[in-house]
Amino acid sequence: MTEVKEEKARIGAPSIAGFTEEGESLSPAPAAAGPLGGDASKSHSHGGGYGIPDSSRAGRLTSYRLADFPELKGTEEEWRFTPLRRLGGLHKDGLDGAAPGVAVDAPQQVRVETVGRDDSRIGSAGIPEDRVSANAWEHFAEATVITVPSGAQLEDRILVTMTGNGLAAAAQHVVLIAEADARAVVVLNHQGQAVVSENVEIVVGDRAELTVVSLQEWSDDSVHLSSQQVKVGRDAKVKHVAISLGGSVVRLTPTVRFAQPGGEAEIFGLYFADAGQHLEHRTFVDHAQPNCVSNVLYKGALQGKDARTVWVGDVLIQKQAEGTDSYEKNQNLVLTDGCRADSVPNLEIETGLIEGAGHASATGRFDDEHLFYLMARGIPEDVARRLVVRGFLNEIIQKIGVPAIEEHLTEAVERELDAGDN
Amino acid sequence: MSTLEIKDLHVSIETEQGVKEILKGVTLTVKTGETHAIMGPNGSGKSTLASTIAGHPRYTVTSGSITLDGEDVLAMSVDERARAGLFLAMQYPVEVPGVTMTNFLRTAKTAIDGKAPAIRTWTKEVKEAMAQLRIDADFAQRNVNEGFSGGEKKRVEILQLELFKPKFAILDETDSGLDVDALKVVSEGVNRAHAAGNMGTLLITHYTRILRYIKPEFVHVFVDGKIAEQGGPELADRLEEEGYDRYLAGAGSAVQA
Ligand SMILES: Nc1ncnc2c1ncn2[C@@H]1O[C@H](COP(=O)(O)OP(=O)(O)OP(=O)(O)O)[C@@H](O)[C@H]1O
Ligand SMILES: [Mg+2]
Repeated sequence: MTEVKEEKARIGAPSIAGFTEEGESLSPAPAAAGPLGGDASKSHSHGGGYGIPDSSRAGRLTSYRLADFPELKGTEEEWRFTPLRRLGGLHKDGLDGAAPGVAVDAPQQVRVETVGRDDSRIGSAGIPEDRVSANAWEHFAEATVITVPSGAQLEDRILVTMTGNGLAAAAQHVVLIAEADARAVVVLNHQGQAVVSENVEIVVGDRAELTVVSLQEWSDDSVHLSSQQVKVGRDAKVKHVAISLGGSVVRLTPTVRFAQPGGEAEIFGLYFADAGQHLEHRTFVDHAQPNCVSNVLYKGALQGKDARTVWVGDVLIQKQAEGTDSYEKNQNLVLTDGCRADSVPNLEIETGLIEGAGHASATGRFDDEHLFYLMARGIPEDVARRLVVRGFLNEIIQKIGVPAIEEHLTEAVERELDAGDN
Repeated sequence: MSTLEIKDLHVSIETEQGVKEILKGVTLTVKTGETHAIMGPNGSGKSTLASTIAGHPRYTVTSGSITLDGEDVLAMSVDERARAGLFLAMQYPVEVPGVTMTNFLRTAKTAIDGKAPAIRTWTKEVKEAMAQLRIDADFAQRNVNEGFSGGEKKRVEILQLELFKPKFAILDETDSGLDVDALKVVSEGVNRAHAAGNMGTLLITHYTRILRYIKPEFVHVFVDGKIAEQGGPELADRLEEEGYDRYLAGAGSAVQA
C-alpha cells in the first residue's frame, strides 16, 4: 500500500476518496470595470470599448514581433512555473535550426500546401501571446497549410507527423483550416528529437466540426513549446485534445477564441510525467461572443523524482458573451513521492447573463481507499494500481473519438506504467 | 465445511490524539452455513471488526488472532484474504473513477478463481445476477460505484457477493439506506448466495427488519469494542424494544455516539 501519512484513508468517507477537491460553481456576477490597462499594444484585438483590468487575461500583450516582448526573467505570471534554463534558447533570439520534418497523410479532398511567410492565411487564427511564440513567428521559414474544403465530411483522419531531427532551436508553423460545414479529424503527431517553438493556427469555419489531437511523444531530451490558437466560427464545434507523454519540457498553450456566436469547444488534455519531465499546459478560452459553450478537462498522472506538471486554465467571459456556458476541470494523480503538480483555474466573468461557469481542480495521491476496495475483491496490488491509473486516464482517452489514437494511447499509458514499475 | 475463528482480538488505530484501542478482546466463531447478526450502538466497533477481517491498513491488530480453517488470516495481504474466500460488503462502498463495472467484475473474478472466466457464460451470469438484484443493465458500463445512489451501491456489493461466491461474507450495514423493495431484493440475494455457496455470514445491522428476511442463528451485541451478550434471534427483538441502555451503563468511552 502507499504510505500517505498525512491523509490516511478515511474509511467510510462517502465522498470521492483521495481527492482534495477544490471547486465551485460560480454564480455569475458582473465584474467591476477597471481602467483600460497599458498602451495600445496591450489591448486585445477583440477588445470593445469597455475597460479590462490589466491583470485580466484580456489585457495580455499580443504581437507578431519578438522585440515587442520583454526578455523573460522567469518571474512573469505566465512563465513562473517554466524552467527557462531548460528551454534550449527558445526564448532567446535566433531559431535557426531545421524545423521538424512534416509528413501529411490525408484523404484526397484535403489540400496540403507548403507556403512562404507571406501567404495570406498565415495569421488567420491569432496573434502570438508570448515571447516564445513571437520568436517562432519571426523565424519560421515556411508553413504547412492544411485545408479541409467547405462541406467535406472526412471519414479518415488527417495525420500530420512532425519528426524532429536534432537539438538546434527551431521554429515551426502550421495552419489548419476547416472551411464552412466541413467535418474532419486532424492528428498532429510530434516525435523524434527537437527543440522547437511551434505556432499552430486552427480555423474552424461556420458550422464546421473539427477535432485536433496534438500528440507529444518526443525523445527524453526534447523541448517543445507550442502555441495553438483556435478560432471558432458561427455554430461551429471544435474538440482540441493535447496528449503529452514524451519530452524534457513540453509547454502547450491552447487558446480557443469564439469569433462568432453559437460555438462549442471541448478542450481535453492528458499528460503523464515521469522523473525529471516538465509538462505544462495553459488553456485559455475566450468567450468573446454570446451563446457559446466550452468544457475543459485535463487529467494528468505523475510518477518519479521531480516529475512536474502544470495546468493553468484561463476562462474569460466577456461582457458581450451572454448565454455562455463554461466549465473547466483539472485532475492530477500523484503516484509517487517527489512529484509536483500545480493546478490553477482562473475564471473571469464580466457579465451576469450566463448559463453557467464553474471550475474544479483536484490533485490526489494515489488513493488507499481505491486500492483497498479493489484488493478486497481479490485483485493484486499491481493489477489494482494499473486498473486505477488506466481508469483515471481513460476518461480522456474515451473522449477522443478516434479509435486508432485511443488504441495507441492505451498502449502508451501501459508503457508509462511499465516504466514506473522498474 | 469452513470455519472463521476470531480469538481475543484487540485492534487499535492511530489518531491525531495518539493510539486508540477500539476492539478490546473480540471472540467469535462462524462456520459455513451459519448466519450471525452483530448489533450494537454507533461507534461500538462493528465496522472496525469488519475492516480488520478484510485487512484494511488503517487498523492495527495488537493481539489476538483471526484464522480461516486454521490458516492465519492476519498474515495475508488484503487480496490474499479475498482469494482465500473472505468478502466484505462495505458500509460505504468506494467510488473508483474510470474503472467500469464490467472490467472490474471480470478482473476480480479472474483474480479470485485464478483464471479468466469463460466469456460467454460469465457475461450471462453477470446479466442474470444483475437482473435478479434489479440493477439496470447499463450499470455494467458505468464506473465502479460512481454516482450510484446509496441503495444502488449496496445492491452492487451483493451482486459481487453472488458472483464471487466467498466462503464468508461480512455485510456491514448492507440494509442501511435501502427502501422496502430493495431490502427484500438484497436479502434474497444474500439468501441465494447462502443456499448456493455454503457460505457463512456475519451480518452487521442496526435494524431487525432485515432479520425478517435473513434469519440469523446467532445474535451478538457489540458494546465498546466487545461482545456484551450473545443469544438467538429473540435477542434481536429484545434489543429493538429495549435499546442498548442496559449495556451502556458503565460501559465507558464508546457512549458518546
Ligand atoms: N480516524 C479515526 N479517528 C478517531 N476515531 C476513529 C477513527 N476511525 C474510527 N474511529 C472510532 O472508532 C470507533 C469505532 O468505529 P466503527 O466505525 O467501528 O463503529 P461502528 O460500530 O461501525 O459504528 P456505526 O454503527 O456508526 O457504523 C468509533 O468511536 C470511531 O469514532
Ligand atoms: Mg459501522
